[in-house]
Amino acid sequence: MSQSFDIIIVGAGIVGAACAAECAAAGLKTLVLDRGIVGGGTTAAGMGHIVAMDDSEAQFALTEYSRRLWLQLRDQLSADVEYELCGTLWVAADDAEMAEARRKEKYYTERKARVEILDGHGLRRAEPNLRPGLAGGLRVLDDSVVYPPCAARFLMDKALRHGAEFRAGAAVRALLPDGGVEMADGSRIGAGRSVNATGPWSPELMPGLPVRKRKGHLVITDRYPGFVHHQIVELGYLKSAHSVSKDSVAFNIQPRQTGQMLIGSSRQFDAEGAEVDHEILSRMLARAMEYLPSLGKLSATRVWTGHRAATPDKLPLIGPSLAHNRIWLASGHEGLGITTSLGTGRLLADLVLGRNTEIPAQPYAPARFADGSVANG
Amino acid sequence: MADQIQLRVNGKTVSVTAGTVVAAAVAQAGQTRFRRSVQGEARGPLCGMGICMECRVTINGQAHGRSCQTLCQEAMEVRTDE
Repeated sequence: MSQSFDIIIVGAGIVGAACAAECAAAGLKTLVLDRGIVGGGTTAAGMGHIVAMDDSEAQFALTEYSRRLWLQLRDQLSADVEYELCGTLWVAADDAEMAEARRKEKYYTERKARVEILDGHGLRRAEPNLRPGLAGGLRVLDDSVVYPPCAARFLMDKALRHGAEFRAGAAVRALLPDGGVEMADGSRIGAGRSVNATGPWSPELMPGLPVRKRKGHLVITDRYPGFVHHQIVELGYLKSAHSVSKDSVAFNIQPRQTGQMLIGSSRQFDAEGAEVDHEILSRMLARAMEYLPSLGKLSATRVWTGHRAATPDKLPLIGPSLAHNRIWLASGHEGLGITTSLGTGRLLADLVLGRNTEIPAQPYAPARFADGSVANG
Repeated sequence: MADQIQLRVNGKTVSVTAGTVVAAAVAQAGQTRFRRSVQGEARGPLCGMGICMECRVTINGQAHGRSCQTLCQEAMEVRTDE
């Protein structure tokens, strides 16, 4: 073979770019391949919400760790990443959801994450466009937002500055047991190890991998500065995100630095196409207007879709694959890939180099699916 | 004679025939710059059929109204260049 790398990362989304930045910074001879461009797939359909989530202990550990890495990185980020420390406002519609807000408050506080409970009046003061009558909410102070495609580009640039190489429009056909890859044109590139960071497309390179495509819709509005101030999410979001069978929508809105607002969210399995599904889009916007009635008077400028990489246990796959110890994974981040990209990159580099990891990596090991009990989810 | 409607464009009273679109009233008020682009460039009506989005103005406090698709109403407050 004419050339050889320590590590080849397939997929230049934000997860692949974060892995490349960490590997290259650690001195590994790194190559990144993508059949498209940097951050053009799932990354371009992510809201860019940097959020600590408590679906499970392992999810909180990775999201909180990653959020800390984003905070450490913020002064280095280029302006186009549009990092904004706006916090998250979890909205409780009724008393049952307020109880959930208080449970969440306790959980975060016990783990030293800064949060504060708002009653109905506090919520209205924080976000005057929310409808009256909501029970209250929970503000998570250190959550933030970024513009994902530029964040991926920033991380890739960091990798390149540390000597990594990137090839766009380079489609990979197979990951080879010896660590190299075979390209779509049949040529081969040698490496000590490969990493499948192709998100929802990961099973194409690893048939049988328990990763499913979960479609989402996004709407962006025209510029209305000050309409909302936080990333606002309904606490009912958890019901939507957890529902694994049915199509679901939840209210989730984000202020951008331009004054535009990004509106989500929808979740659909078995919807492979990129087309806009008007029925679920209508449901999604109707849900948003239940919380922000005056939203209906504003103009949307664009609607688009993307696919998340969903795993059966809602945790990503980071580390050696089951089949070969030279073929690794950094995939399955579902709706949290922008947040957890930094934690994933750091964990992957630590594992590759045999360094101690700052949080336990075992919960994300692909080997957890070895017994086949959750194969295909 | 058709009904006349009085509205205000940047505080200036304009009288138009019922059925007139806001873009025409803005032009009648002598405004050629309807809004500024993100980079601060002047913008005004181009397509006249609601597609190009260049003629947006603030109507009764609501930003980004398409002046070519909105009919004038009595006492309407229109602001350009915001």
